[in-house]
Amino acid sequence: MKAAALLLAGSMALAACASDEPTGSGSGEGGGGTATEELRVGLAYDTGGRGDQSFNDSAYGGAAAAVDALGGELQELSPNEDASNRVELLTQLAEQGFNPVIAVGFAYDDVIGEVAPQFPDTTFAQVDGSNTDGAKGDNVTGLVFAEEEGSFLAGVAAALKSESGHIGFVGGVQSPLIEKFEAGYVAGAQAVNPQITIDRQYISPAGDVSGFGDPARGQIVAQGMYDAGADIVYHAAGGSGIGVFQAAAASGNRAIGVDSDQYLTVGPELQPVVMTSMLKRVDNAVEQFINDYSEGNVQGATDVLNDLSTEGVGLATSGGFIDDIQGEIDQYRQQIVDGTITVPTTVE
Amino acid sequence: MNGLVRRVGLSLLGPVLAVLVALVISAAVIALIGEDPVAAFRVMVDLGDSPSQQVQSIVVILNRAVPLFLAGLAVAVAFRMGLFNIGVEGQYRLATILAAAVGAAVVLPGPLHVLLVVVVAMVVGASWAGIVGVLKVTRGVSEVISSIMLNFIALGLASFLLTGPLRGSPPGASIVTTAEIPESGRVPSLNGVLTALGLATPRSGLYGFLLVALVVGVVVAVLLKRTRFGFDLRATGLSPSAATASGVDARGMVVKTMLISGGIAGLIGLPDLLGAQYDYGTEFTAGLGFLGIAVALLGRSTPLGIALAALLFAFLDRAALPLQFADIPSSVVTIIQGTIVLAVVVANEIARRLALRSAERAGAAAGPGPQADGDDGVPPPTAPDGGQRVHTGVPGDQQGVQA
Repeated sequence: MKAAALLLAGSMALAACASDEPTGSGSGEGGGGTATEELRVGLAYDTGGRGDQSFNDSAYGGAAAAVDALGGELQELSPNEDASNRVELLTQLAEQGFNPVIAVGFAYDDVIGEVAPQFPDTTFAQVDGSNTDGAKGDNVTGLVFAEEEGSFLAGVAAALKSESGHIGFVGGVQSPLIEKFEAGYVAGAQAVNPQITIDRQYISPAGDVSGFGDPARGQIVAQGMYDAGADIVYHAAGGSGIGVFQAAAASGNRAIGVDSDQYLTVGPELQPVVMTSMLKRVDNAVEQFINDYSEGNVQGATDVLNDLSTEGVGLATSGGFIDDIQGEIDQYRQQIVDGTITVPTTVE
Repeated sequence: MNGLVRRVGLSLLGPVLAVLVALVISAAVIALIGEDPVAAFRVMVDLGDSPSQQVQSIVVILNRAVPLFLAGLAVAVAFRMGLFNIGVEGQYRLATILAAAVGAAVVLPGPLHVLLVVVVAMVVGASWAGIVGVLKVTRGVSEVISSIMLNFIALGLASFLLTGPLRGSPPGASIVTTAEIPESGRVPSLNGVLTALGLATPRSGLYGFLLVALVVGVVVAVLLKRTRFGFDLRATGLSPSAATASGVDARGMVVKTMLISGGIAGLIGLPDLLGAQYDYGTEFTAGLGFLGIAVALLGRSTPLGIALAALLFAFLDRAALPLQFADIPSSVVTIIQGTIVLAVVVANEIARRLALRSAERAGAAAGPGPQADGDDGVPPPTAPDGGQRVHTGVPGDQQGVQA
């Protein structure tokens, strides 16, 4: 009884506070961005938000660089813990007149298709989400990456550098995106050495995102591979990757980083094990998109593909560990760019 | 009368104290990072400028609160019995994917379709939780251990089902989902009600499942407070040996309680599933089962308390967005939530000791103490709450181990 009364009172209070307001402007202050207005960029992050030293931070770097150069405002929004409020992030950015609005991560796939059509005057972009067919709306541009091409080169480097003929791959979460990394890596390693042994393992199964933020499990998985005889392990596991590096350091082996040049971000004690990193230049893609937008060159309903030919993906050379095989790597890179080698995107 | 006021005061003391302590700590943290705490709190309570924005904010809060409320209830039913069901997470994830698959596979007239999905979800949740109960009474396995372990199995199983037999999304799609539930299996939004109340129309739909959650809340409240079963349950929670001595079948109670807890857990994913997503996928909201533990703790395991706790958590969750627009890190919200839960555990213990002392004093003064049950909605000051549950033993253990 008391419960019902309180709930009723509560809802009445809410109703009262809502209807007190003058019923003026109503809904939808859509942000009509014209070229003369100040640039106001909205950036909605993937799970984890700012400060992940990976994907989200890379997107921020690109957006910040563009806004610094062009002038204007950058509004970032991180989702809540379980990222259940993605719709709210995009809608509020668009509602408050930010334009362009950039969503970071494939997890926005459904959400952006829902929100973008409601704000036809706002330009959207999605990192890691394709929109070639315009299914997500005419005002959405996909910023996609050929992760498999960069991973192919990582596989080439691993196979050339491996002394035991045994390498490994640690994926963060089993998902189509991470399987692209795996497929390219395996193809690259086998192109160099068809007999090579490749251990492949994912930290968490599909639907459980913990695998991207669990260094302890990353270390256990990688340790298992090193113990089994692998001497180089490539990780596509986000924040769990640090565990892979630690396992490499503990067992005197080496590892390959991902997304950013991880040689530069790990501490000095782990630098010797970071042989190279597969670069995924989210920062360049975002910066380029904002520049294109400010010049009025964004059409929407298309993808901007960042691959080896545009240097959207590639291998880092910091530390100089792969300088001696750079020639061979460049040959493979050229063959991929030429189309002589087609890199698979799925694991068979 | 005086005693009643004191009891009510004491039972409210814990949560109120906890929220206050959390606010003070959060204010200190906000001040430490160089922001103005008052401004931050003002931003958090600002629901928006226009009526439609305010209604939208309220809808966002309510939509978030519904699953949290159900999660809190699921945990609390077990808490009251002295069982710590950490397996709510796995129970609802497995229940949601199977319910989604069944919902997508059949075509039935509207209400029946929804009913079927709800029944499947509850049965799956209850069965998964039932394993914990059966293991406990037959083999003496602590429910804490087995429910955590079953979480891993449930997540793995859900993942296997999603990427294997129940996959409904096209190959190559970045988000793997089950097939979509057709129109007839969806729960309509309550926006019509909002409009009828003279409120502005929000952007998103208010979950129709809100009504189901209210019904479940009332049923649980009645069950706990007004039935023989509820009495047995609470009695077992307060003192397993006393309950057994007075003829309560403690082992049967463990299994039944886990079944109810799991059945409610099965509902947690349904507001999202039937109100917005219409399919279960790799991006389906995870972690609600664990949040439910915090909500149940804060709500002191009573349905009304849990409703308020769920609303508070949902409110804080929404506040993270305006905070970011005001250039204040949204981690503030995480800090507040964390400190509330910590403070609640501490404050409950303090309130319990105060209540115990006052009861002892009253007992010394007037012979047999006034141990009448608390009145509706307010637990007796010595009522079990999760905070103590975690480290006081688990009733039924003895029987279970011996079996």
